[in-house]
Amino acid sequence: MPVLDLWSMAFVFLLATFVGFQVIQNVSRLLHTPLMSLTNAISAIAVVGSIIIAGEQKSTFSTILGTVAVAASVTNIVSGFLITDRMLKMFRERKPRS
Amino acid sequence: MTLAEHLTQASYLAAAALFILSLRWLSDPKTARKGVLAGVGGMSAAIIGTLLHPEIVNYTWIVIAVVVGSAIGVPLSRVPLTAVPQRTALSHAFGGLAAGLVGTAKYFLWLQDGELTTFRMAAIGIEVILGCLTFTGSLMAAGKLMEIVPTRPMTYRGQNFVNLALLGVAAGAALLLLFRPDVWQLFPVVVVLSLAFGVLMIMPIGGADMPTVISLLNAYAGLAAVAMGFALENKVLITAGALDGSSGLILSVIMCRAMNRSFTNVLFGAFGQVQPSSGTAEARSVKSGTPRDAADLLENAARVVIVPGYGMAVAQAQHRVKEIYDQLTKRGVDVKFAIHPVAGRMPGHMNVLLAEAEVPYEALIEMDEINRDLPQTDVVLVVGANDVVNPAARHDTKSPIYGMPIIDADRAKFVIANKRSMNPGFAGIENELYSADNTLMLFGDAKAVLGDVVKALAGDATH
Repeated sequence: MPVLDLWSMAFVFLLATFVGFQVIQNVSRLLHTPLMSLTNAISAIAVVGSIIIAGEQKSTFSTILGTVAVAASVTNIVSGFLITDRMLKMFRERKPRS
Repeated sequence: MTLAEHLTQASYLAAAALFILSLRWLSDPKTARKGVLAGVGGMSAAIIGTLLHPEIVNYTWIVIAVVVGSAIGVPLSRVPLTAVPQRTALSHAFGGLAAGLVGTAKYFLWLQDGELTTFRMAAIGIEVILGCLTFTGSLMAAGKLMEIVPTRPMTYRGQNFVNLALLGVAAGAALLLLFRPDVWQLFPVVVVLSLAFGVLMIMPIGGADMPTVISLLNAYAGLAAVAMGFALENKVLITAGALDGSSGLILSVIMCRAMNRSFTNVLFGAFGQVQPSSGTAEARSVKSGTPRDAADLLENAARVVIVPGYGMAVAQAQHRVKEIYDQLTKRGVDVKFAIHPVAGRMPGHMNVLLAEAEVPYEALIEMDEINRDLPQTDVVLVVGANDVVNPAARHDTKSPIYGMPIIDADRAKFVIANKRSMNPGFAGIENELYSADNTLMLFGDAKAVLGDVVKALAGDATH
């Protein structure tokens, strides 16, 4: 691998970590449970790596591992986004008094 | 680069931007749901971009895996909200599993094709160690939360030494692989030892430490995704993993601060054993009251603060608590909720339960803010919370929770504390709040007893 690729990946990691710290420190404490389920769903982006392994079918072994990994990641994507939305729907402002 | 490859990279770029926006919109409950949409959009973009990948020759197994994953994911998103901590632990386990499996598959594929560079080997080593220990560690945490595995800390002599030695050997084997990647027999050693370490790491951790542990496992799962991104040279994976990892880390730090403990202390301290406390010998008298007494105190107050704890979640009493809130606000009583950061079993646990019961979120107040109001509060109602209101944390230097920031319930004029019995809490520490002169104990199951309080309040309203 060209050395530059390694360094550009290190830059991405560094910048994303800084952005992450900034953005997440601003998340209201009220929403820390939905925050965890949302970041969990987002990090299931690992599915992109698994999809290629399951789809390129280079060996039976790798296809099996890839398929299980896709299933695990899709579980997190589906349940993570759905439950985050379900929880967020419940956070309501005080109703104006009638 | 072909057009398809450009499209794939463009979709990853869009996904990274949407993920950051998604978390940004979570800063406010008003925009938060838009954040979920952005997340779904980013994920869809990345998946479509990946499916364009020319190396994919067959979609059969991908489709099957997506169907299976959705079939597990949909029911997992419909669990009762009291079960959210164990669902979260399970999802960290799935994240760890995916990282471990992809790392293993890539190791053998690259080894076979002679493409296993030292850099790739290092990234895979970190990915597999983190992925495997997150997998079993999170399963153990979920087991403890579901009470399949005993929630009490399990300790033995030399435990920390055994654990660290195990992790050390795993890391050593991974290091050897850097120099001799062809000795594939070392690879299963790394996998098995990391899996074992995950189990042993969580064994000594007690229920009250779950908020910290779940946050820490969240950080590990994120870092495993980052390592996978480095191995696969995939920048959107690095970005998403870094966002997840920094979120887990920030939450862990908040949880640790809220317990006045360090990371090492949480992981190696085996908190929560029953300790013979200094005050147990002298039998303290407590005043026990009826729901009627509690209702009288509450309805004659001008300001009431409710302190919920894990006991409220166990008893599923959040709806009764909301009814008390309704009864009192109807009479013009000012009612607020005091939320300790580590109340419950995961960060933000109490907020979600109370939001489910339709308590407006403006009434949910953080510890530091509510503590300023407590000296002017007439009645504090403690529901299933224990250590987070124990004044010993402020003055008893011998107490295991000394130094932990608490909600100053004892500074209010009256305290009503609901508890199942006089057994000590998770930390096994006696709570002097219960024997204070201005405290009225309300023994019994929270749901039943608070239901009686609601009835008493409602009865008064109709007279």
